[in-house]
Amino acid sequence: MSHTADVSTDLTGTDATGTGPTGADPTGAGVRDRDELRAGATTAGPSAPAGNTAYTVEFAGVGRTFAAEPVLRDVTLTVAPGEVLAILGTSGCGKSTLLRIAAGLDAPSTGTVRIDGSAVDGIDARCAVGFQEPRLLPWRTVSANVALGLPRGTRRDAGAARVAQLLELVGLSAFAGHRPREISGGMAQRASLARALARNPGVLLLDEPFGALDALTRLKMQDLLLDVHAAAPTTVLLVTHDVDEALQLADRVILLGREDGRAGATIRQEVVVPGRRPRDRGSAELAELRGRLLAGLGIERHGQPRGLPSTSTVPHFPY
Amino acid sequence: MVDTDVSRSRTPQRSLSSRSWAVILGGAILPVLIIAAWQLTTALGVFTIAQLPSPEMVWTAAVDLFDRGLLTLDVAISTQRVIIGFVIGAALGLGAGALVGLSRASDILLAPTIGALRAVPSLAWVPLLLLWLKIGEESKITLIAIGAFFPVYTTVTGALRHVDRQLVEAGRAFGLRGVRLFTTVQLPAVIPSVISGLRLALAQAWLFLVAAELLGASMGLGFLLSDSGTNGRLDRILLAIIMLAVLGKLSDALIGLLEKWAARRWS
Ligand SMILES: Nc1ncnc2c1ncn2[C@@H]1O[C@H](COP(=O)(O)OP(=O)(O)OP(=O)(O)O)[C@@H](O)[C@H]1O
Ligand SMILES: [Mg+2]
Repeated sequence: MSHTADVSTDLTGTDATGTGPTGADPTGAGVRDRDELRAGATTAGPSAPAGNTAYTVEFAGVGRTFAAEPVLRDVTLTVAPGEVLAILGTSGCGKSTLLRIAAGLDAPSTGTVRIDGSAVDGIDARCAVGFQEPRLLPWRTVSANVALGLPRGTRRDAGAARVAQLLELVGLSAFAGHRPREISGGMAQRASLARALARNPGVLLLDEPFGALDALTRLKMQDLLLDVHAAAPTTVLLVTHDVDEALQLADRVILLGREDGRAGATIRQEVVVPGRRPRDRGSAELAELRGRLLAGLGIERHGQPRGLPSTSTVPHFPY
Repeated sequence: MVDTDVSRSRTPQRSLSSRSWAVILGGAILPVLIIAAWQLTTALGVFTIAQLPSPEMVWTAAVDLFDRGLLTLDVAISTQRVIIGFVIGAALGLGAGALVGLSRASDILLAPTIGALRAVPSLAWVPLLLLWLKIGEESKITLIAIGAFFPVYTTVTGALRHVDRQLVEAGRAFGLRGVRLFTTVQLPAVIPSVISGLRLALAQAWLFLVAAELLGASMGLGFLLSDSGTNGRLDRILLAIIMLAVLGKLSDALIGLLEKWAARRWS
């Protein structure tokens, strides 16, 4: 994945005043203004598949064992309809596994997952997954890849309109006809997010969707996700390794990890994030929570919460 | 958008075709030299006519056979046999390869048997086919189909086993199953290797054609070979060999173009 290429194109897109290099992004399809975005999402009416309902997701005693090695155990959790839940945890603790179980891509060894009251058994049409890797089909154009996410039975013209709208949303309109190998890693990840959104799912499962993005695009895409969520509420389970991202996006954060002396990760901490979104990225309250979660991830807190000095480098929100 | 696409695809194509002319010219040098040496040695009397007829005599034989409509007939019947046998064998190879490559159960059930059949030398089938299907078209087409089957089968099973699992999972996650999953994810992923397999299969089909026609036919280039062999017509033997080389190379070049296109389009 080429980060350098990503930065250059993304900068063009995010340059609201248009002073950046022209040509790379002729239709000005960078990540758009917040107001414009929200308008775009709400005027989706005719083209978007009707009836976007958010569903409850219940994990009841979920455990997963791979070859006698417990990875997850006793995960019990209820995610309310429309809630954004962030899942934090160290690398390899089973975050992706939990998400795959919710999507029906993997079956739990113990316990059950219920969506909207009915047990998940096999791949669940009510979910859409944004994988940790973009997983785009290399022989399809970006727009054809996004179209893969459209619900079955979407009319052709409605589908095309929806895909165009989503590409606009993630700032890839100018690259609709490109192949995945012709775009950068970060752009591929945005295309993958658009594909998941195309499903208009009741449950959106996102596995580190912003992992490959540069810092600036990352902030933009976080806001975009919130805007999408505000326009069409859906239950979101978001795996991330970034505590700040979790605190910025989620209503609630769970921390997966092992308890002393026991194999298999379970919910170690559960934090309800105060305040309505969008949140001030530099608030002292969040800084305190950040310290607690970082400590849970095994990161030492050095004296003062690290959030305080960083407020000067984070642009004032909304920018 | 459209403009940039066109200009992007046009430039490389132009430079490629200008280079491919050089490639064609370069490839023609050796055949021209060989014909020149052939002409020279026969003109100087290095070989007797019974040992090596001159290019002119081969040409005369070709004109003679052509005028009597025999050359066209032989070429047409051989090409027809190759095409029919190739299509049947390749289709069966594609089907069996897809089955074995996609389903674990058919892999366990079928793969060992097909592997054993592949180990049988091609000529071993001939007496059996002649007894079962007589000297008609069926026996020859069956033999050619056998020859075309295995390269396709082998490449398809191998390629399907190596399709990116993550892509297949992504396809499943977006509700694709069965035939739709196959046509959307697995088939496009293996198209370049399938076409390489087809190319091998076509070459194999020409090989098996001659084997089939040598052992029992009244028409075709293989028959021309064996018939001229018994009559001692060296000029016609050389003619048949040259025709086989040209036809084989021509059909291979056609599939080669398809292969190039697929490598660009599907990966
Ligand atoms: N199919 C599988 N077979 C065997 N072990 C597996 C399988 N899938 C995951 N694991 C194991 O389960 C553990 C958790 O994997 P998982 O991918 O869920 O981690 P993660 O929390 O998503 O990590 P990361 O943050 O690095 O993505 C790992 O130790 C991994 O080796
Ligand atoms: Mg993971």
